[in-house]
Amino acid sequence: MTAPILQIKGVTKRFGGLTANSDISFDVAPREILSVIGPNGAGKSTLFKQIAGFINPTVGEVLFKGDRISGLPPHKVARLGVVRTFQETTIFRSMTVRENVIVAHHLRSKASLLGFFFGSGQARADEADFARSADDIIDFLGLQSIRNEMASNLPQGHLRALGMAIGLATHPEVILLDEPFAGMNHDETMRMVALVRRLRDERGLTVLLVEHDMPAVMKISDRIVCINFGEKIAEGTPSEIQANPRVIEAYLGSEDAAIGM
Amino acid sequence: MNAQTIQTATPKAKGAIMTPVRLIGVGAYLLGVFALVPLFIAVTGRWDFYYTLTSVALLSVGAAGVWLTFYIGRINIGQGAYALVGGYVSAILVVKAGFSFWATLPLAGIACAIVSVVIGLPILRLRGVYFAMVTLVLTEVARLSALALPVTNGAKGITSIPLPGELAVFGLTIIPDFATLANPKLAFYLMAAALMVVTYFVLWRIVNSRLGHLCRSLQQNEELASSIGVNTAMLRVLAYSISSFFGGIAGAVFVAISQSIYPSSFVVTDSVNFMLYCFLGGLGYVFGPMLGTLLLYFGWDLLSIAKQYQLLIYSGSMIALMLLLPNGILSLLDKKENRQ
Repeated sequence: MTAPILQIKGVTKRFGGLTANSDISFDVAPREILSVIGPNGAGKSTLFKQIAGFINPTVGEVLFKGDRISGLPPHKVARLGVVRTFQETTIFRSMTVRENVIVAHHLRSKASLLGFFFGSGQARADEADFARSADDIIDFLGLQSIRNEMASNLPQGHLRALGMAIGLATHPEVILLDEPFAGMNHDETMRMVALVRRLRDERGLTVLLVEHDMPAVMKISDRIVCINFGEKIAEGTPSEIQANPRVIEAYLGSEDAAIGM
Repeated sequence: MNAQTIQTATPKAKGAIMTPVRLIGVGAYLLGVFALVPLFIAVTGRWDFYYTLTSVALLSVGAAGVWLTFYIGRINIGQGAYALVGGYVSAILVVKAGFSFWATLPLAGIACAIVSVVIGLPILRLRGVYFAMVTLVLTEVARLSALALPVTNGAKGITSIPLPGELAVFGLTIIPDFATLANPKLAFYLMAAALMVVTYFVLWRIVNSRLGHLCRSLQQNEELASSIGVNTAMLRVLAYSISSFFGGIAGAVFVAISQSIYPSSFVVTDSVNFMLYCFLGGLGYVFGPMLGTLLLYFGWDLLSIAKQYQLLIYSGSMIALMLLLPNGILSLLDKKENRQ
């Protein structure tokens, strides 16, 4: 196995008396699609926020290519190449789709803000570069038809794709997707599954996702980490996870079908 | 007055390109400000308009700053504080240190920018009404500080400040000594108008450059902005310091015109008015605060013919405007309907 791109090492997060994550460790290999699953309130989102720098672990650390990224503010984590997307409501509402994607190219600017103010040559080159790259991303995600639509007017499915486009615009190496399939019907989910695969296959990304939709997770993931009550209870390939008694126990009450068997 | 109302007033991004139509518009505007207004006043003999219009120009410079803080999603009711600080910095440097007024003008702005960084770092973490409340207090803090500090001369203020002297570069007179002018009122008007034009040009460039785009991203979603790599804390402080810079410059020129400054030269009402100018003109439009200032300040002045009904008509029409045009007067220009 190649050196892991992302290492989660003994991450524990306590909110007052509540332990949201307890000593969670796992590695993510480059160009891997890894899903974090678990029942509601298991601490998946908390874990995600810690990886992206939105909250700091109480104990433990997150390493990106061997360097510690936990404790850094989100914009620095993003600069290094680890970017999270949000659930659908988190977009720049009063901008068009294209403007959303263009503005998200911030990290790629070579000119300074002053350069942009005076319209220096570098700034103009940057702007042209952003526009080109934004159009690329829009085409990649199949959003051509809504390119100039105001983001606040978009339906859910498109919003999620837009969130992904914003994430892609930063040109990350690791992208964290927050419930990319939530609220989608079967067809939409399958399209999104194909899209996430293409993120890895065509753009070379490492994808980490948090998801509830078990059939989709089983279909898409190289590996799965299951957490329950803040603790990691299992890690392995989809078939290993499906056979794992602790996972089945965690999901008991929901039928076996819920984990795709 | 929550984040939502600010968001609904977001502009459409327009390119920073000079189209012919826009060039004509700018030309007409400049002609109006620098030629037609003085001509009109010379013809009608309403010399009192000079003072009013000079005030409008300077207040709109301050309002431009307030507008910029709105643009990052913060309600700023503290611009009066920076106008006061800028005024005092200029007055003290001129009177006690013998500086030329022209040198104190940028220094007043820079001093305010520095003060705003120190104040802004902690308070810009606050959002919505909480930030607004703190800024509301700032003007009062500035007034009380001016009363208490020895250098500001307390309640007696600083008076008999000399008029701006000559501004010369390499012996070439660019601006003559105001004291020697036959018509200093006109000179002050032209100076304030020039300042206003420059300020709004700078503001327009900011809004249409990457800095403005990032400000908009901040206004619309700070979490997402930081996740795309924007240093949100730095950007907020930067925008706020530019805002305060404008406030300081406006204050400094006011002091030069009135040749005096007191702790009560800028009070909470002024801070609130700066905000109202922005609201009235439209938060989504760069030139909104300029129009808002003109209408509110000039309108108030013109309404003096209504005598005791002045305040009634004024506040009545304010309420009506807020109800009918919540996104400001300039939203009338918005041909696209209901984008929300």
